[in-house]
Amino acid sequence: MEDSDLRAALDVAVAAGASYADLRHNHLLTESISVRQGAVQDISSQIETGVGIRALVNGAWGFASSCDCDAAALPRLAREAVAIARASARVQTRPVTLAPTEPVEASYRTSWRIDPFAVKLEDKVQTLLDAERLISSQRPRWRVATRLIGEAYASWSREHKHFLSSEGADVVQEITECGGGIAGTAGTLQGIQRRSYPNSHRGHFATAGWEFFVELDLPSHAAAVGREALALLRAKPCPIGDKTLILDSTQMALQIHESCGHPVELDRVLGSEASFAGTSFLEPAKRGSFRYGSPEVSLTADATLPGGLGTFGFDDEGVPAQRIELVREGIFANYLTSRDTAPLVGDAASNGTARATGFDRIPLVRMTNINLEPGDWRLEEMIRDTKDGVLMEANKSWSIDDRRLNFQFSTEIGWEIKDGALGAMVKNPGYTGITPDFWSSCDAVGNRAEWRLWGTPNCGKGQPTQVAHVGHGSAPARFRGAKVGVER
Amino acid sequence: MIGREQLEALVQRALALSDAEQTQVSLNAGRSSLTRLAQNAIHQNVAERSCVISVKAVFGRRIGTASTTDASEDGVRQVVARACGIAKLSREDKKFVSLLRPPSEAYPRVAAYSERTAAFDEQQRAAAAAVLRDAAAAAGMQAAGVIQVQASERAVANTLGVSAYASQTQAEANTVFMSDDSAGFAADHATDVGMIDFARLAETASAKCGESRGADAVDAGEYTVILEPEAVGALLLFMVRVGFHHVLYRQGGSFLSRKLGRQVLGRNITIWDDGIDPRGIPVPFDAEGAPKRKLVLFENGVFRNMVYDSYTAAQDGRASTGHAVPFVGFGAVPTNVFMQPGEAGMDDLIGSVRRGLLITRFHYTNLVNLRGVVLTGLTRDGTFLIEDGRIVRPVKNMRFTHSALQAMREVEMIGRDTARLGMATLPALKIGRFTFTGQTGY
Repeated sequence: MEDSDLRAALDVAVAAGASYADLRHNHLLTESISVRQGAVQDISSQIETGVGIRALVNGAWGFASSCDCDAAALPRLAREAVAIARASARVQTRPVTLAPTEPVEASYRTSWRIDPFAVKLEDKVQTLLDAERLISSQRPRWRVATRLIGEAYASWSREHKHFLSSEGADVVQEITECGGGIAGTAGTLQGIQRRSYPNSHRGHFATAGWEFFVELDLPSHAAAVGREALALLRAKPCPIGDKTLILDSTQMALQIHESCGHPVELDRVLGSEASFAGTSFLEPAKRGSFRYGSPEVSLTADATLPGGLGTFGFDDEGVPAQRIELVREGIFANYLTSRDTAPLVGDAASNGTARATGFDRIPLVRMTNINLEPGDWRLEEMIRDTKDGVLMEANKSWSIDDRRLNFQFSTEIGWEIKDGALGAMVKNPGYTGITPDFWSSCDAVGNRAEWRLWGTPNCGKGQPTQVAHVGHGSAPARFRGAKVGVER
Repeated sequence: MIGREQLEALVQRALALSDAEQTQVSLNAGRSSLTRLAQNAIHQNVAERSCVISVKAVFGRRIGTASTTDASEDGVRQVVARACGIAKLSREDKKFVSLLRPPSEAYPRVAAYSERTAAFDEQQRAAAAAVLRDAAAAAGMQAAGVIQVQASERAVANTLGVSAYASQTQAEANTVFMSDDSAGFAADHATDVGMIDFARLAETASAKCGESRGADAVDAGEYTVILEPEAVGALLLFMVRVGFHHVLYRQGGSFLSRKLGRQVLGRNITIWDDGIDPRGIPVPFDAEGAPKRKLVLFENGVFRNMVYDSYTAAQDGRASTGHAVPFVGFGAVPTNVFMQPGEAGMDDLIGSVRRGLLITRFHYTNLVNLRGVVLTGLTRDGTFLIEDGRIVRPVKNMRFTHSALQAMREVEMIGRDTARLGMATLPALKIGRFTFTGQTGY
């Protein structure tokens, strides 16, 4: 399809009555391998390509998409978006106003050293099989019938995105992602335990090339994954009660995601997810004054960080990637915004977080890389400074209420902390809390050396559902008086 | 709609391009339109035309899969080549026996397509949204919600002779009405959008929202609960996902492992899957082209049948039950589930409770413990305290942490009316004990 065809489609939308229109022509190739119990479970390759056109008519939105990229289909698509917008205008309370943005002509590419699509499939499969074998070859130190099943996973993708707007924006981006992980699941008739590396839920992902996967060095960590999965079967249960809680950076990523990342999405605050994923306790009146956390807690959104899954050059409205202070020394400071939400809270401009997961979805306010800024502590100092606590690592389960207040999370593994030293391993660790109370109990955040930017490729939002790829940077952090041991 | 002839021709063309020993091609095409409402206004309104071609190529026991949304000649040629290329480079899957062989029985006739749904356009969706908006505004409330219609076609064929085609429509509407301190929910699903009464949805959500005003907290702890069908669905969804997950089932990690023919749920619980029952989302065949039919999963609490696709069936020496799904890793999944209703009206259920809670629905339910299907989640959009057989007041939302399995063993009464939830058609339940572990403060 020629660029002129795309521009012509925008012209059709404007001629049909759109005061603003934009178009995204995307091509996404995703490949993945999963290996399980000594065998290849799946190797797959997916192409998703098509065009989506968004039109603003009489202050209301309409959107139409099609995987039919034939040039002749585009004008029809543009007219359909306009017709849908006209229908939307029948049920409006106030017209949509777009915050101004400079229409840019630009291109952007995430960096990589080794093209993941150039690495031989056989070599990828062999690496995963090697790692899996090292997991499942671990043996328990008891005679009770025990199963240990290893899994290994890798995926890589490349998306070409072309954004055009009726204001004159013309942005071409190429986003390459790569990552993977391993897991061991151990089971007896009495229970099942799972351990993962480098993170749960299929591993760790980044905007990077195959070099990122190589650096994960899965085979070197596989035996430990198997051993810990087995050891968890015989570990004692997580203690129950109010304890000092230290979360490693993988679980911090999930804690940040659910209790900060989602509640600062301005569209959610304004009610757009009310019937589905819920709203947010961070109402506009709280901005600039509400104590979200302790002074140790400073959170940012940074789409400019190299390597993050929330890293890009421009969002899907053509607004440049930015770094935003969300919580400054414990005080709620800013939302994530888009061009149509920013004006509703008096902001002059979008801060560039409108993202769509494909050509067939509209941009929503989404997380980019949401980070807890590093503090001064080393993890071992936190442990040494803790009399009675639990260290928890690697998310297993998550749940939070529809205003993002009451959460309950559990992790794969934990360790007791007694009198400044790590003690026994504990199984089924979990904790629960209320978001601002929990963050206000944070009295220690790990330093830059222990800070890591994790990739979360499974952030669900919107209807039709969009599963976005976002990043979370954090070091380990400590929370006083947390309610731990929630599993019955 | 692309149409049967063209769709089947495309699938056959893709099959002919493959040099694999066995090849399966499936094609899902359709149009989906969705209108979203928030704060009494349409804020999102979208339509998509999609066409996904999926190819599974097999050389010996080496399998490769590829898919594309590019239905051009080049796109089809490339997707077949990618699947074949992957299969050639893959390793042998010793569990694989064969793609599905042509079924001996004919595909059932299914009333799955409604012209009215297929033709339901943006103006009609806006009119439906206006019904919700007007009712909310009249009550001094804010309406949020979604109105979605889909019309789709599926064709699947393989080189062993399987060939199937079906068209289908679905309509879904849900709404949450909100006041300053309360919310109320209502929803419906149907093949025919004409079956959805938007005014009635508005009435239900408005009443719930009104009755939820001025909620107070109650202590966490154990309560008798009346779960409305949406709440029952949240529990059942996880039971089905965990219980019938074939890998867990084989490994001993499912509560159904080694329990075929044994009592696993309460004696008053009968659950079946029926892919062709028009009350749910009917479809004549599964993702591989195996015919759908009624399959009893639990009869009076006894685990009667496991669900299979061709791959998992071969491992257990069984035949496919027609439960293949298009995504990898899950194995077979029941997708049109029904629970045998009882005889109790909602008044009977509430009237039987000395002290307990009425739950409209749960939010963000997730698995805490696999084997016991221990779940956690929160109540939302209408939670009420029942005392001495009547609703006495609304209560603030609460977090539960409870075993869905235990809940299904302690069902004391079953409602006579069922609700269409999409993948399931379920009654309300009275459960003797249900554990709440936290509060939200609102």
